[in-house]
Amino acid sequence: MRIARFLIIVVAMGLVGLGGFVAYAWESEIDPIDPPQRTAFDPALVKHGADLAAVGNCNVCHTAPGGKVFAGGLALPTPFGTIYATNITPDPETGIGRWSEEAFVRSMREGVDREGNHLYPAFPYDHFTRVTDEDNRALYAYLMTREPVRAETPANELPFPIDQRMVLAGWKLLFFDEGVYEADTAQSQTWNRGAYLAEGLGHCGACHSPRNALGAVRTDAHYAGGESEGWTAYALNADSPAPIPWDVDALTHYLHTGWETRHGVARGPMAPVTQNLGVLPDTEARAIATYVASVMREPTPEKRQRAEALLAAETAHPPGVQVQSAGSQTAPVLPADAQRGAAIYAAACSSCHDAGRPLPYGGLRLDHSTAMYGPTPANPINVILNGLPAPEGERGPIMPGFAGSLDDGQIVDLLAYLRSTFSDRPPWEDPGPLVARLREAGVEAGVYALDSGSAAPANPSKQETTW
Amino acid sequence: MVALTVNGTRHEIEAEPDTPLLYVLRDECHLHGAKYGCGLGQCGACTVIVGGEAVLSCVTPLLLLENKEVTTVEGLGTIEQPGPMQQAFIEEQAAQCGYCIPGMMMRAQALLGRNPAATDGEIRAHMEPNLCRCGTHMRIMAAIRRAGELMQTSGRAASADAPQRAG
Repeated sequence: MRIARFLIIVVAMGLVGLGGFVAYAWESEIDPIDPPQRTAFDPALVKHGADLAAVGNCNVCHTAPGGKVFAGGLALPTPFGTIYATNITPDPETGIGRWSEEAFVRSMREGVDREGNHLYPAFPYDHFTRVTDEDNRALYAYLMTREPVRAETPANELPFPIDQRMVLAGWKLLFFDEGVYEADTAQSQTWNRGAYLAEGLGHCGACHSPRNALGAVRTDAHYAGGESEGWTAYALNADSPAPIPWDVDALTHYLHTGWETRHGVARGPMAPVTQNLGVLPDTEARAIATYVASVMREPTPEKRQRAEALLAAETAHPPGVQVQSAGSQTAPVLPADAQRGAAIYAAACSSCHDAGRPLPYGGLRLDHSTAMYGPTPANPINVILNGLPAPEGERGPIMPGFAGSLDDGQIVDLLAYLRSTFSDRPPWEDPGPLVARLREAGVEAGVYALDSGSAAPANPSKQETTW
Repeated sequence: MVALTVNGTRHEIEAEPDTPLLYVLRDECHLHGAKYGCGLGQCGACTVIVGGEAVLSCVTPLLLLENKEVTTVEGLGTIEQPGPMQQAFIEEQAAQCGYCIPGMMMRAQALLGRNPAATDGEIRAHMEPNLCRCGTHMRIMAAIRRAGELMQTSGRAASADAPQRAG
């Protein structure tokens, strides 16, 4: 009897607990509205929203390859399963046409859809929660005046219990810090603007910070570097691997144009970010750069010294010719794989990378390349395999891919040479399996060449070009 | 010395290992289909197929090609018996000056060899590296579509590795 009573109490307590959780997790539905007329929105507000959407990079996730912009359907592979980006055009049935402004603002602030379902944090509301009501209103005006596209979003492919959206309430309890950005009054206006954009709409930390086992951005490792779609997102804090430390001017140029003479080229998932920022006045890029440069902090004397040596070497001799860093008087003997890589470099890479012609029309001096100093060889492997696709309708660096002419072993040899010649870091550990995996993933694995038909920059005035 | 198989014929090439494949094809093998355009791998006029993949021969050094199979536009057929890709380009008259066309055909062949039913979107994305400055793109698109149809209906060799030979 006693045991039975005990069990009843346990079950009752469990039910109360569950009930409490359900009550906690419950979010109310916001009533659907009749889709507003386009003319209901102030054109100036719409334009402002377009600029903000560019910062938010909305078009990149909410557009399927070859699909209509903002119509969703892009598969986002996560460690937990595949999540499909939703249709955020104002289509009343399959998009957000029946969402009121209140519902839109709640989704950005709280990660809850109009019907009250918790959203998966693949939608980076952990960052978007920092966006002000005013900016959300502009974004809403912009999205609600786009062309409505009828496109059902495919069902997510997630295992139980992650497929239960109620679970996300628990995730939020653990990891979600809701609230608008609060200005740091000790910092300049530009810095605060940059921090607001970077921490909010720009959601830089979604890729440039590591995530924990439950997929949440680790707040204890802010900008310590992360991973995105088979690419390494380099650290943006004091651990930035850039051999020539970034400063505000260099970062501004990079964010605004997608390349920087002494650092390299935005590629992979970063390419559309810079392409989107490029349609804005460069004051926005400068604000973000001001903030990010302050997170990186002043370079250490050691880093500064290395940069000075590299810059001095720039005038003294072409790269690839005199190996090893400044100070070594004799060229060290390369290991066998690096020697084979040296022959490949001399024959296939040197004609552009050692031509002494600066970006964007010449190849980057690889001793200036962040990729050579990175924690993983993922980015150089992707670039060697697939090259840098030509950006649409603008000048920018391009590189042919070598997937067809270099086999995995030749790429491994080349990497050994690149790492030992152009950086002062120890060799990458056995890049062979990674080369094979990235080759298998192919161009689809996040080598973006935005074409105007799908993920066009949010700037509505951008002229459509055809192939 | 590097042993190289081009269009099914084995060649022993005496050249520096850093010699671009394009020069080897044109100067040593006397195959003039692949064209010199930019020399930087940015225009696609020099495209050939190596082991089933489209490759820019002007930036591919000889040393990478030991024992690999190279196919050039000459390997897709002959004047008397053009292959489906060549036939389609003739039927669609998909050339103006024609300089880019061998490269176009080879890049398209690499795609259709894998998938003769490629969609327009796939063809456009795949052909992106190859430039044509005459502006014949719509005819090139039509020719590639037609080549895909020919490969599917006639059962003729879609694969560049097994080219139709005259005789």
